[in-house]
Amino acid sequence: MSANTAMAEKYRNNFLKEIEEQVEMGDWVKMCMQCGVCSGSCPTNFQPAWEHPPQELFMMIRAGKREEVLTTSSMWNCTSCYNCIVRCPRKLPITHIMHGIAEYAHRLGKAPKMQATRFFSGLFWKNATRTGRVNELKLSMGLYFKDGFVQGIKNGMAMQAVALGLVKAGRLNPLELIGGHKCRDQKGIQAMLAKAYEIERARKAAKMAG
Amino acid sequence: MAKHEYAFYPGCSSQKGASASNYLTSVESMCKTLDVKLTEIPDWNCCGASIGYAEAGELPRHVLNARNFALSEQHLPGQEIVATCAACWLGARETRERLTHSDTLMNDTREALKEAGLQINEMPNIRHMVEVLIEDLGFDEMKKHVVRPLEGVKIAGYVGCQTNRPFGVAGESFENPVYLDKMVEMVGAESIPEYEQKVTCCGGALAFSEPEKAQAQIKDIVESAYDHGAEMIVTPCPLCQANVEIYQGQINKRYGTKFDIPVMYYSQLMVVAYGGSAKDAALNGQVIKARRLEEIAAKPVKR
Repeated sequence: MSANTAMAEKYRNNFLKEIEEQVEMGDWVKMCMQCGVCSGSCPTNFQPAWEHPPQELFMMIRAGKREEVLTTSSMWNCTSCYNCIVRCPRKLPITHIMHGIAEYAHRLGKAPKMQATRFFSGLFWKNATRTGRVNELKLSMGLYFKDGFVQGIKNGMAMQAVALGLVKAGRLNPLELIGGHKCRDQKGIQAMLAKAYEIERARKAAKMAG
Repeated sequence: MAKHEYAFYPGCSSQKGASASNYLTSVESMCKTLDVKLTEIPDWNCCGASIGYAEAGELPRHVLNARNFALSEQHLPGQEIVATCAACWLGARETRERLTHSDTLMNDTREALKEAGLQINEMPNIRHMVEVLIEDLGFDEMKKHVVRPLEGVKIAGYVGCQTNRPFGVAGESFENPVYLDKMVEMVGAESIPEYEQKVTCCGGALAFSEPEKAQAQIKDIVESAYDHGAEMIVTPCPLCQANVEIYQGQINKRYGTKFDIPVMYYSQLMVVAYGGSAKDAALNGQVIKARRLEEIAAKPVKR
């Protein structure tokens, strides 16, 4: 049984409970009073980006629209500007809830696969945790080649002027591709993160069983 | 002994050859003048940034930041942690807050840290460099060292998001923080308090993944600076600096604009005003050169 099917069966008809138990800060969703200040404050909402702005997603969760919520690209439009958090009259940690729902959809394999920010988000975390420090050149290259080699070359060409400007200013080092900055205790970092994932998985499983 | 000492968390973008290396160079010059001693936390790691959320989860993200706390405590006991990057500061400060408020998270973090042979006994204070400047030194102290005021230069103070929200600098409003304008005045330049895009988001990581969305936001930020007659923009955040500066060429193509405005760090303005050279202020690190500052930096110092 896939992770998604297992969750869907366990929380049948109670998507709100599923979000409360499995999503970081998910227990705040019920506190939303639908005022829409978050949507009006969102920088990407001024553009045709959000399929469902935050307060709409919260109502959809309460209405049990599981499939629609988990498969939408909406959460992935978050720029982490934290405007919604500071303006929410009920103090919901909206940015964190958005990240939380996105992470959950990603974990269940329901998030739109090639959504660019979903892809970049995973890429960033892997890039940062592999050596303990971000390798900016590998991070950019990884994103350009997301849709294959040919598109990667095209993307790279389109970014040529930007990259060259940075190289000239000493802010992009082509040698990062073969070496790059890293932490000394990479082994310790890997072990520590593996333990953290193990504990977090166990806690979520316990909630599901409880 | 230096007047002020801190455990320093420079962050990935500040490293040699990375996108904010000019920020670090200018901060080092600035701190020398102000007698602030920064000691790098040995073997510090990435904060995970906000954008790591797809795979970071809650505990792994906090454990990552907690490793830096533990290293700081071990090697630089009793010192507060200072970050220059908005994201590093926010990530670390968020971890501090969550661990302080949840015994479960704290205990889980301690257990994971053991795997790296580390422990936390005390929660450190997490400060942004601008907090250190404003709260620990103060405007009077900062101003005392100005020997080459940036007279007649009009500068838009772009605070951005993560130095301002959700934590921000104490006593400042989220909607209209004024400390950056005060810093612009402090170095003898002309500020633009009515610059209405001062807390608009630059698009953050979306500048990489979905550039058309981020660039629409950056366009507003730059356009408004021009509308107010600014010659340059100043910011306290490495990602704001990069996003607002390096995509101006692409925005010009996309929108038919003619943007070409330098985007500086507060520390660069201060170094030039403190009598430092263009090299001390890392002015060679700008993609869009700040000619006016280069000229001022070449002038003799009034002592």
